[in-house]
Amino acid sequence: MKITLKVWRQKNTNAKGQFETYKLDHVSEDMSFLEMFDVLNEQLINEGKEPVVFDHDCREGICGMCSMYINGRPHGPKHGVTTCQLHMRSFKDGDIIVVEPWRAAAFPVLKDLAVDRSSFDRIMAAGGFVSVNAGNAQDANNLPIGKEVADEAFMSAACIGCGACVAACKNASAMLFVSAKVSQLALLPQGQPEAKRRALAMVNQMDAEGFGACTNTGACSAECPKEISLSNIARLNREFLSAGFTAQAE
Amino acid sequence: MSNSKLDARIPEGSIDQKWTKYKSTVPLVNPANKRHIEIIVVGTGLAGASAASTLAEMGYKVKAFCFQDSPRRAHSIAAQGGINAAKNYQNDGDSVYRLFYDTIKGGDYRAREANVHRLAEVSGNIIDQCVAQGVPFAREYGGLLSNRSFGGTQVQRTFYAAGQTGQQLLLGAYSSLQRQVGMGNVQMFARHEMMDVVLIDGKARGIIARDLISGKLERHFGHAVVLASGGYGNVFFLSTNAMGSNVTAAWKAHKKGAFFGNPCFTQIHPTCIPVSGDHQSKLTLMSESLRNDGRIWVPARKEDAEAVRAGKLKPNDIAEEHRDYYLERRYPAFGNLVPRDVASRAAKERCDAGFGVNATGQAVYLDYASAIERYGKIEANKQNIHNPDKATIISLGKAVVKEKYGNLFDMYEQITGVNPYNEPMQIYPAVHYTMGGLWVDYNLMTTVPGMYAIGEANFSDHGANRLGASALMQGLADGYFVLPYTIGAYLSGEIRTKSIPTDHEAFVDAEAKVRQTIDTLINIKGTKSVDHFHKRLGKIMWDKCGMARNAEGLKTAITEIQQLREEFWKNVRVPGEANELNTELEKAARVADFLELGELMCMDALNRNESCGGHFREEFQTEEGEAQRDDANYSYVAAWELTGNNQWTLNKEELKYENIKIAARSYK
Ligand SMILES: Cc1cc2nc3c(=O)[nH]c(=O)nc-3n(C[C@H](O)[C@H](O)[C@H](O)COP(=O)(O)OP(=O)(O)OC[C@H]3O[C@@H](n4cnc5c(N)ncnc54)[C@H](O)[C@@H]3O)c2cc1C
Ligand code: SF4
Ligand code: FES
Repeated sequence: MKITLKVWRQKNTNAKGQFETYKLDHVSEDMSFLEMFDVLNEQLINEGKEPVVFDHDCREGICGMCSMYINGRPHGPKHGVTTCQLHMRSFKDGDIIVVEPWRAAAFPVLKDLAVDRSSFDRIMAAGGFVSVNAGNAQDANNLPIGKEVADEAFMSAACIGCGACVAACKNASAMLFVSAKVSQLALLPQGQPEAKRRALAMVNQMDAEGFGACTNTGACSAECPKEISLSNIARLNREFLSAGFTAQAE
Repeated sequence: MSNSKLDARIPEGSIDQKWTKYKSTVPLVNPANKRHIEIIVVGTGLAGASAASTLAEMGYKVKAFCFQDSPRRAHSIAAQGGINAAKNYQNDGDSVYRLFYDTIKGGDYRAREANVHRLAEVSGNIIDQCVAQGVPFAREYGGLLSNRSFGGTQVQRTFYAAGQTGQQLLLGAYSSLQRQVGMGNVQMFARHEMMDVVLIDGKARGIIARDLISGKLERHFGHAVVLASGGYGNVFFLSTNAMGSNVTAAWKAHKKGAFFGNPCFTQIHPTCIPVSGDHQSKLTLMSESLRNDGRIWVPARKEDAEAVRAGKLKPNDIAEEHRDYYLERRYPAFGNLVPRDVASRAAKERCDAGFGVNATGQAVYLDYASAIERYGKIEANKQNIHNPDKATIISLGKAVVKEKYGNLFDMYEQITGVNPYNEPMQIYPAVHYTMGGLWVDYNLMTTVPGMYAIGEANFSDHGANRLGASALMQGLADGYFVLPYTIGAYLSGEIRTKSIPTDHEAFVDAEAKVRQTIDTLINIKGTKSVDHFHKRLGKIMWDKCGMARNAEGLKTAITEIQQLREEFWKNVRVPGEANELNTELEKAARVADFLELGELMCMDALNRNESCGGHFREEFQTEEGEAQRDDANYSYVAAWELTGNNQWTLNKEELKYENIKIAARSYK
């Protein structure tokens, strides 16, 4: 197939960016979206130009590194799929595809399509853990956990930290990401002693990083490649509210 | 036979007492001193993240590095199937000894007994630790942990979290790491690449790192340096590893004096999605757990295979009697669950003989039709449906398979566009894991004092072949429970060493050399991209040092790699500048190291005149085509020492089996 790409190019965080148009004549439908970018980059290098910088690593939909905003949607047109798992058979001969980086104040562009998501790491450092040192643990089966609860915690834990939820949200809120971790740990008995503290600390850090407020539009969950549910946000709100009351009472 | 330069420092005593005794006698560093000791950890996969967080919990000052944008994205995240532990929760006769035995046998008797036993001993603690962190392992309705079985074993000891075990374990380790980052005990350097180690008076004292965003070179001091930088499967270009996985950190250590152990031991995984075209950038694994229920076959008649390749015949139209379930035929005892090396070679043998099935002839079928039917019948019984028709059975069976393997089937369809519920999957072996790596002693220290290697980066506990679900176990064992103790043996002697200022000439020199290499790469301004060279190297390695090797091919490969390396340094094109985010430069520096490693792998394969585990030399096989080991001459770890520019000498660590009787490895 023949594909026309309009790709955001930006030299560094402070530079002004612009779209560049590229034409590819031999795109196979078995290629992944990123393999098409490999072909583009090979072409650019051979022409003596600079290749497009984009983040990627596992190319299996699990590391959360790939992050392209394709035709106005994070990770492109297919539901429940990351950029790296998107294949060209989802497009047609002659298509024009617009590719941009995530856009959010808390995710500054580093170069071309790569952004800085270290704000997520700082939110995790603020409270996204159970306080247990290596060697502290009791025997694993001393703590039975019902299958339903374990499965629900697992669904929340499936978040890959890609940031598509932020990119999809008109307020650039990180609520879905934060709530997924808060829920996972609040559901499990191991995480409950610190549940309220955790919710407060993570939300405070999220605010400090400049993410926007959540106005419940649901765009995050609709575009999340791991289909993280909105019910996580409801759970976070509960934890956060009761944590706020407890803090005031003290 | 053992070489005096190699002291494995295996403690005295009986095998089941060595570790316990050692732990209670290893010198400790008191808390006040720990605060002044700095440790560098390169890598934040399972091994690195667990080591960095544990060392910080103990009170050391830690600096951790990774090249991804977050420690959570290390390649460990992609592990699917599970993690082994000798918990014996299923009451099926598992024990520390059995896990020890299975690992030694699975590794074809080429691993060190003392290390493997220790691994089995601490395996249970890993599961306890992960559960305490909130890792959501699969559970039974009663609330207890669930297990599944993996290749090469006859007990159920694999813990898992759907098909995302690596992700869940790494997120657990990452959360511990972030906790220490938040407390100020770990300084994290993401998007940083280690470019060299710095040695002072023969000891590892720091690293030179490149900030991948600004391109700036940085000097970092440490009383000790821990490498947890993963495996080097990407030397083959195509592998199941993440795109950025590389050998650079380990290779730079090797060039500064660390011996490289068993470089030719590579694991080729039997069930991966076959190559679809020249654009292919990586290969995708289909978890080993699929072999629990799937049956592997090729057409029994050549004309059928040819018709399939030409697109004239569909697999579902080939009658049962014209199918060759070759694993069940050759290995009735283990059937489709033989270990990986055996399954991979058997697939290659059939394809080479002309029975392969996709357009390239490099694929076999993994068929779920009989599993769907079997599960369908069971389900119909459960639901009290009498005399169900075929369509009902199939639809019930598909639902069961979806519950068990749904995410893998979806991934297959996403990549190939074929629905595996209706048509058998096509699979082919692909490079997956490297058993070889930096040689380490019992303390996990390399031959350079103060430099450690953990996880896939070391030559590891897996001998010549790793069993499924044992890499995650080893990475976390090293990081949570082994290194934090053994490093005390060295650091207790370093409490008087003050931080060395990084204007020391060793740092200045090392940085200047790194800068020179980078400038050279940028200034070649040749005509061919980095990928061009990487793909050519991969093809040489796959054809001549892959699933089957022979002396003649290996000799040719060595010459070809030398020529390719020369061409690379004359003609590679690296666009852009050194002082900016430059992904081509990152790749170029890594491929430069792969071009040296490839030669050593071929030399090692050429030296080992036997077949064992993943190393199959065509000259050394039985009449039935099984691997033929030579214990009299090759029962050793080959530890290669760099003695000049691409010049190596071989040191041997003799392997002594005092607790396990060496036997032929049979899965018939
Ligand atoms: C698809 C797949 C599935 C697998 N499934 C299983 C399974 O089910 N069970 C099992 O036991 N094993 C499995 N494995 C194997 C297992 O995942 C790996 O062996 C293991 O995760 C390696 O962990 P590690 O910590 O040693 O290294 P990695 O996870 O590879 O981490 C390497 C780290 O080093 C860093 N690094 C590397 N070089 C540099 C440098 N120069 N400078 C700075 N940082 C650097 C990286 O950024 C990264 O943080 C699987 C492997 C693959 C490919
Ligand atoms: S919640 Fe979904 S979209 Fe947001 S970071 Fe996690 S996986 Fe990505
Ligand atoms: S590259 Fe890892 S999720 Fe896409």
